[in-house]
Amino acid sequence: MATRIEIQKTYKIYIGGQFPRTESGRYYPLKNKKGDVMANICLSSRKDFRNAEVAARGAQSGWGSRAAFNRAQILYRIAEMLEGRKEQFISELVLQGSTVAAAKQEVETSIDRMVYYSGWCDKFQAIYSSVNPVASSHFNFSVPEPTGVVAIIADEATSLLGLVTAIAPVIAGGNTCIVLASETKPLCAVTFAEVLNSSDLPGGVVNILTGSSSELHEHFSSHMDVNAVVYYRNNKAEIKTIKENASLNVKRVFVYNKINIATEKAESPYFIFDTQEIKTTWHPIENIGTSKAGY
Amino acid sequence: MKENKNTKKAFYSGKDLPEVKLKFNSAWDLAPAPEDSKHVSIKKQYDLFINGEFVKPNSKKYFATYNPATDEKISEVADADEKDVDKAVKAARAAFGKWSKLSGKERGKYIYRIARLMQERAREFAVIETMDGGKPIRESRDIDVPLAANHFFYYAGWADKLEYAFPNRNPKPLGVAGQIIPWNFPLLMAAWKIAPALAAGNTVVLKPAETTPLTALKLAELIRDSGLPKGVVNIITGAGKTGAAIVNHPDINKIAFTGSTNVGKWIQKSIAGTDKKCTLELGGKAANIIFEDAPLDQAVEGIINGIFFNQGHVCCAGSRLFVQESVADVVIRKLKDRMETLRVGDPMDKNTDIGAINSKQQLLKIQEYINIGKNEGGEIYQPSCSLPKKGNFCKPTIFLNVSQSHRIVQEEIFGPVLAIQTFRTIEEVIEKANNIPYGLSAGVWTDKGSKIFNLTSKLKAGVIWANTYNKFDPTSPFGGYKESGFGREGGLHGLGAYLQF
Repeated sequence: MATRIEIQKTYKIYIGGQFPRTESGRYYPLKNKKGDVMANICLSSRKDFRNAEVAARGAQSGWGSRAAFNRAQILYRIAEMLEGRKEQFISELVLQGSTVAAAKQEVETSIDRMVYYSGWCDKFQAIYSSVNPVASSHFNFSVPEPTGVVAIIADEATSLLGLVTAIAPVIAGGNTCIVLASETKPLCAVTFAEVLNSSDLPGGVVNILTGSSSELHEHFSSHMDVNAVVYYRNNKAEIKTIKENASLNVKRVFVYNKINIATEKAESPYFIFDTQEIKTTWHPIENIGTSKAGY
Repeated sequence: MKENKNTKKAFYSGKDLPEVKLKFNSAWDLAPAPEDSKHVSIKKQYDLFINGEFVKPNSKKYFATYNPATDEKISEVADADEKDVDKAVKAARAAFGKWSKLSGKERGKYIYRIARLMQERAREFAVIETMDGGKPIRESRDIDVPLAANHFFYYAGWADKLEYAFPNRNPKPLGVAGQIIPWNFPLLMAAWKIAPALAAGNTVVLKPAETTPLTALKLAELIRDSGLPKGVVNIITGAGKTGAAIVNHPDINKIAFTGSTNVGKWIQKSIAGTDKKCTLELGGKAANIIFEDAPLDQAVEGIINGIFFNQGHVCCAGSRLFVQESVADVVIRKLKDRMETLRVGDPMDKNTDIGAINSKQQLLKIQEYINIGKNEGGEIYQPSCSLPKKGNFCKPTIFLNVSQSHRIVQEEIFGPVLAIQTFRTIEEVIEKANNIPYGLSAGVWTDKGSKIFNLTSKLKAGVIWANTYNKFDPTSPFGGYKESGFGREGGLHGLGAYLQF
């Protein structure tokens, strides 16, 4: 009996809930240790980023105004889908050079981290809100709200965990995002997008590009309709350029390159809080004590 | 006025309203009621407050500060250059070790002292604030100075409670904070900057604006009298160059800036290659939205307060008015009537509503925008009030028949100029209100609670006033979305800007 020819996967990018190839038609070959080509990976362009931003902006108000409980369920659903595809992620990590034990560890930490942030979706607001006892006759309270569209350049050293660590706190808080996956370990990015696509996560909430940070960091940080940039790598020149470009429209910039993402140090509601804005609302109260009526 | 019971719309259309032009000027003449300034001592010349004492500037140069209501020179202040900035930063750095190790309880006591001293000298501070900046004495006396003192009092109490503010974290001060503040609320901004910085255990170098340095220098005297350890607070005067030297000083850990969006962007860019932390409170172009079911008379008061408070020199001023079409006629008529009663003139007079524009330069900028508004086809209205012959004054001004694309609708004027548009639906007004790079504040006027919450959750702005406007409190976080800056000042959230974890 003839040996069956295996179906190989085409690795594409993820924009607005769709799996297009890069509009640029460019690719880079991903090779294994022996030097054989494992896959042709999309070398995403500025235009891909711009398309992804439009998708992210379009999805933001819907995602941000969903019930927090619903967001929690969707993040939990992502964890469920990850769990179901565990073996596939492990084999992709092994293909990219991990040992089986390390790959298993990375996938399990990723799943658990998604569950961790799922739980925060409807709880962090209580931690960061306040009722402010103003001296005048007003009711005054402050609540966190999503900052908007967040551009993320994820960790380079991990294929799956870096993505999950970067995406989960941003979307838990109601933001939408465009994420650049690891350039040297991009295989899990596309598979993770397939997980997202089957988790009831609305299209456009997470958009994943593959390609080169040295090319794209400039565009991630200079786009005028991006509200924040999160950067997980160590390239000082890129950090400087990102911060400079951020000033074009006063983007918030967060550089998380001193955190060991393999540990629980990378799990905290403060990561959610970073891409939140505090909104304070005032309203008059009639006749508190000796105060006059409010209006 | 008879109420038409048939339809609400007809009642609000304004057609039933009697065409009586109220004559306020004749019947409302008030005798002058000027605040006395004799008890206030202002020196002829002020040096730089570095390491607990006043020292001459390296350049030996001084520049004058004027009373914008009279054009008279009040005093002159030192022009700090890079060497002076370096000296101030060194003093702050030297003081940081001891200050940050002092127990929170003791740090708090010093800050309480500053609050108390300011309350004791409130009248003096109010008079100088009005003389140097042109704002009505009623505002400096009732708002600026009490709020400044309250800010110190509020944050004093946080100094020994920081670990309760950030659950599961271990807060530490940042080090030396460079703080640059604007001319619209000189003393209040100094308090907003210094009080949380000290409570968190930092030391500071603060630069007031070049047109309004005096209350910050009086604050320096007060701080010296309070016995605060030397070098914990350094106050140096100068213009943009001095500010740039602070921003670029390598031994500063944090920049806190309140001012224009352009300068804020320059600061963000300048410190890009460093580890300096930063908070920015920048410009705004707030939407003040009046629905047909709003309490209209109160809303008109809110419009007036929103745009004419402090001559409109307010980053959160309600400078874009959106009136629902069905009530536009009546609201605008009431607004014009109310504008007729505004008293523009001597800021030292206790009856004055609108004082002097802060500087010649700012007056020219406002006049330029008024011309732009006219040239772009806006319909201007100003009340019939007369303006003093001397000093920088501007009539309260509204523009009708403007749209989103007009420059006076898009750009921050920082003066008593209101651009009025109408709207029909909630969706339309939310879209228009948010369609601007700024996001500092907004106002909503309606009697329907669910509508308020709908709007306040959809407006992209850091502070939303519902059925009120321009209210401030030390416990209440203040700061913007988008190009209005990042970070908050005031309240628990204001502490985060001065701590690391």
